[in-house]
Amino acid sequence: MSAILEVSELSKTFKSGTREITVLDKISFQLEAGKTMSIIGPSGSGKTTLLGLCAGLDRASNGSVSLDSVVLNKLSEDDLAQLRNQEVGFIFQNFQLIPTLTALENVMVPLELRGEKNIASFAKELLSRVGLGDRYDHYPSQLSGGEQQRVAIARAFANRPKILFADEPTGNLDEETSNSIESLLFEINKEQGTTLVIVTHDDALAHKTDTILKLKGGKIVQS
Amino acid sequence: MDKRTTIQPTKYSKTWPLKMAWRDSRKSKGKLLLFILSISLGIAAMVGITSFRENLLAEIDDQAKSLLGADVEVRGNQPLPDSLMMAFYELAPEVSREVYFASMVYFPSTDGTRLAQVRALSGKYPYYGEIETEPAEASREFQNGMSALVDEKLMIQYNVSIGDSVKVGEQRFKIIGRLQKMPGQTDIGATAAPVVYIPYNKLDQTDLLKKGSRVNYLNYFLFSDKVDTTGKWSKLVSLADKKGYSIDDIEERKEDTGRAFRDLTNFLELVAFTALLLGCIGVASSMYVYTKEKVGIVATLRCLGMKSGQAISIFLIQVGIFGFIGSAIGSLIGVGLHVYLPVLVSEFIPVDLEPTFSWLAISSGIAIGVVVSVLFALISLVSLRKVSPLQAIRADLGQSGVRFDKVQILVGFIIFLFLWLLVYLQINHWLDAGIFTVGLLLTIFILGLIGRGLALLIKKIIPDSIPYVWRQGLSNLYRPHNQTSLLVTTLGLGTAFIGTLLFMQDLLVDRVSITGEDDRPNTVLFDIQTPQKEELKQLTLDYDLPVLQEVPIVTMRLEEINGVSKNGALADTTINIRDWVYDREYRVTYRDSLIDSETLKEGKWTGHYEPGDSLFVSISSGFAESLELEIGDELLFNVQGALVKTYIGSFREIDWRRVQTNFLVLFPEGILERAPQFHVLITRIQNNELSARYQQAVVRSYPNVSIIDLELILKTLEDILGKIAFVIRFMAFFSIGTGVIMLISSIVLSRFQRMRENVLLRTLGASSKKLWKIIFAEYFFLGGLGALSGLLIATIITTLLGKFVFEFVFVPDFTQMIWVTLAVTSMTVLIGLVNSRDVIRQSPLEVLRKEI
Repeated sequence: MSAILEVSELSKTFKSGTREITVLDKISFQLEAGKTMSIIGPSGSGKTTLLGLCAGLDRASNGSVSLDSVVLNKLSEDDLAQLRNQEVGFIFQNFQLIPTLTALENVMVPLELRGEKNIASFAKELLSRVGLGDRYDHYPSQLSGGEQQRVAIARAFANRPKILFADEPTGNLDEETSNSIESLLFEINKEQGTTLVIVTHDDALAHKTDTILKLKGGKIVQS
Repeated sequence: MDKRTTIQPTKYSKTWPLKMAWRDSRKSKGKLLLFILSISLGIAAMVGITSFRENLLAEIDDQAKSLLGADVEVRGNQPLPDSLMMAFYELAPEVSREVYFASMVYFPSTDGTRLAQVRALSGKYPYYGEIETEPAEASREFQNGMSALVDEKLMIQYNVSIGDSVKVGEQRFKIIGRLQKMPGQTDIGATAAPVVYIPYNKLDQTDLLKKGSRVNYLNYFLFSDKVDTTGKWSKLVSLADKKGYSIDDIEERKEDTGRAFRDLTNFLELVAFTALLLGCIGVASSMYVYTKEKVGIVATLRCLGMKSGQAISIFLIQVGIFGFIGSAIGSLIGVGLHVYLPVLVSEFIPVDLEPTFSWLAISSGIAIGVVVSVLFALISLVSLRKVSPLQAIRADLGQSGVRFDKVQILVGFIIFLFLWLLVYLQINHWLDAGIFTVGLLLTIFILGLIGRGLALLIKKIIPDSIPYVWRQGLSNLYRPHNQTSLLVTTLGLGTAFIGTLLFMQDLLVDRVSITGEDDRPNTVLFDIQTPQKEELKQLTLDYDLPVLQEVPIVTMRLEEINGVSKNGALADTTINIRDWVYDREYRVTYRDSLIDSETLKEGKWTGHYEPGDSLFVSISSGFAESLELEIGDELLFNVQGALVKTYIGSFREIDWRRVQTNFLVLFPEGILERAPQFHVLITRIQNNELSARYQQAVVRSYPNVSIIDLELILKTLEDILGKIAFVIRFMAFFSIGTGVIMLISSIVLSRFQRMRENVLLRTLGASSKKLWKIIFAEYFFLGGLGALSGLLIATIITTLLGKFVFEFVFVPDFTQMIWVTLAVTSMTVLIGLVNSRDVIRQSPLEVLRKEI
């Protein structure tokens, strides 16, 4: 099976006043399509930075990322946006639903962006799949945290992504809700054959994935 | 697998931004309503003020016409020759004739005789304003028979009533009206005696017009339509001028009336533009806050694949649509104000406005509103291009949210050009408009700097020892998400505009009102001989009347200007000096200093003459200008037989509004004291009855003394100046009201900035009292600093406007400034506290859910 995500010698540095801080230091790994991977490590180890770089949300200081054989370093911001729309799905720790859109509209956004028509029924199917078949017209502020994350999962799968990035998907939820969200995420992921990259602090969640990438001080300490 | 550096292009939906704009607006109603409110208020004020201004200027212009009573007045000491009369008649077919001269009139019923100014009038004059009489219809009817109108005071003085007769020359006229007010002259010399109007066609029957009589012939013309006053007309005017006729039109009369009209026009321009700018500030600040709020949504959408341009499109569509709605509402309110306000306040408005519903005003208001909304919103919106999708997973990234880049600078430049154009449309002068616009942007920049400087300063100097609530409140001025620069700029600009209008209106109203003061002189006693001087003064005081001025007058003629006599000037065609300069009698006074109504414009005033020195006199600057005289020119005067050589030492500008004896030529002390002279005494008499009794006493004891009663003509002038003062006050009040509402909306917008933090503090257990204090401290400093910065700028603007536009020296009124500071600061604190009441009264979760 071919690699959908290839990271080579990836580094990210920031300037803080006169000091240069290395957040990621020459990270390299590959992830095959359809596989699941978790990135774990203590706070400040560079997990979220790595996820941002892999998903084309940020630019590397050195090294390269290729996603579905597309080298991200050379793409413009708008090209990166198109790539995300075509191939990437996101789930965030703080859900990041658009507060001014209903649950259904939030799910439809990725498809609407690329001009797809008659998508409401598909979006409704997805919402039903995540157990919110009766909450289409609710705004995020009218939903609980777990419900919001379910909408976010439905939205993440709406554009039928090849790879899905989840940043601490259960970080803001209680244990019971976390378990149901995790199950849902893995179920749909399996159904759709999507590659899944999860950033998490939760060892139990990490052990549900095929691979674990452990970071410390910006370096891989275990994979 | 081969690596790719390009991707399959996505076919983005073109209509999605529109759909998204609509969806997003559903939950942003509150914030967009504030935006609509800002723009609608700004546009309402602009449309209202512009329409009002047009109406008021037109009305005041009409009123100004009553100063002359006609479009043009042609005056001479001979009747107008038929050829000239016909030529004038062709352009202005409606004409009235008037002849006036001084003559004794006799009241048979009381056997009284008095020197009066007899005015024989034909036609429909005055075409503007009116001759006010009691009864009113008498002013028109007196021309129909052997009737007369007599100065009310003269009637009281001689105890005559309506129905009695007055004998003018050989003819008796029946008095059918008391004369109370007439249009026309404002100069003292013009009405040397009380007026008696008689019909023009009965003039011959008086048998008073004899050869050699000193008679003034006037023709009043009313333009048929819009006459081209440049071509044929101006030729005609210069021809008449050469023949010795003086031509006066409304524009000239307005100029003679001083700066009042020019001041009014300039002030109304300032007011209209200020209102629009206040609208712009409202839009810009509301969009700044709105855009910052949207950074999170944009970051998420960018993660989902939205292009940067689409982010701008979504909110630009919102701004365009809501800007249109706001502008339409604003235009309607503006037109509504314009149409209905005069009806509501008609009792208080001394001018008759005829407001009209104008589609042009509405459409231009909407167009300007949409452009202002889009342009001022763009400056914040273009920064959304730069929002990184990474902000969706890292909320702490890009806290400022809005950064300046090249596109913003380009937008800023377009805004500059737009403002320049707007100012130009108001004042019709490119350079001045450019200077104004640069000044405005500089002001915004300085206010921004003051805001930033203050934030930095507080960060450096805030001591740890001060109580927590004050420290927290002050820290809010420099911490992330602080609103210091924004609010100091908006509050400062708003206060600057309000302060400027307040200062300007006070100064202008004060300037216009001088003649309206209670101690304004209205009676002048001429021809007082030196031995009579003290007696007359005593008589005046005995009547409890003030002696406002006593002036010696020496009459003389001008023999030569720089060695050129009248004959020399006539012989030399290169010399442009008119006959009257040599022919007229100069009434001259001498003093050691200048008086209130005089300002030295050029040269040096020498107050005392020492025998053996050169004799320097001071000339009125207007007189010097018309004769093209310069400092150092030699004037040879004939002082009743004695030739006196003088040099022009200085030019004085004379303030027409001071009703005083003003002189073309002023001598120093030390030369004219022993020349034959008479004296003038000026007083103010409050009521007609007292005036009549006083005048009677003067005439009885001193028959040689002439009394000039200015009350009739000053009434017309005062009416107009009173109206100008009202218009200035009214428009300033209207505009200041707009400014205050605009300030309120800026502060209301700031609520979203601190909401989450205050909720967090509440969650952490901050008591209501503590939260109130923190909010109070933050808004107190913001309000105070905004107000002080604004007042500083208002002082600079008023000083500059005073120096370059309105020609006055601005002396700041510190009491007024303290009041403005207190008002703006209290308003800011009050609104800040009201803004935050939800945070304090409701549960934290409830607040957050409501505000999302």
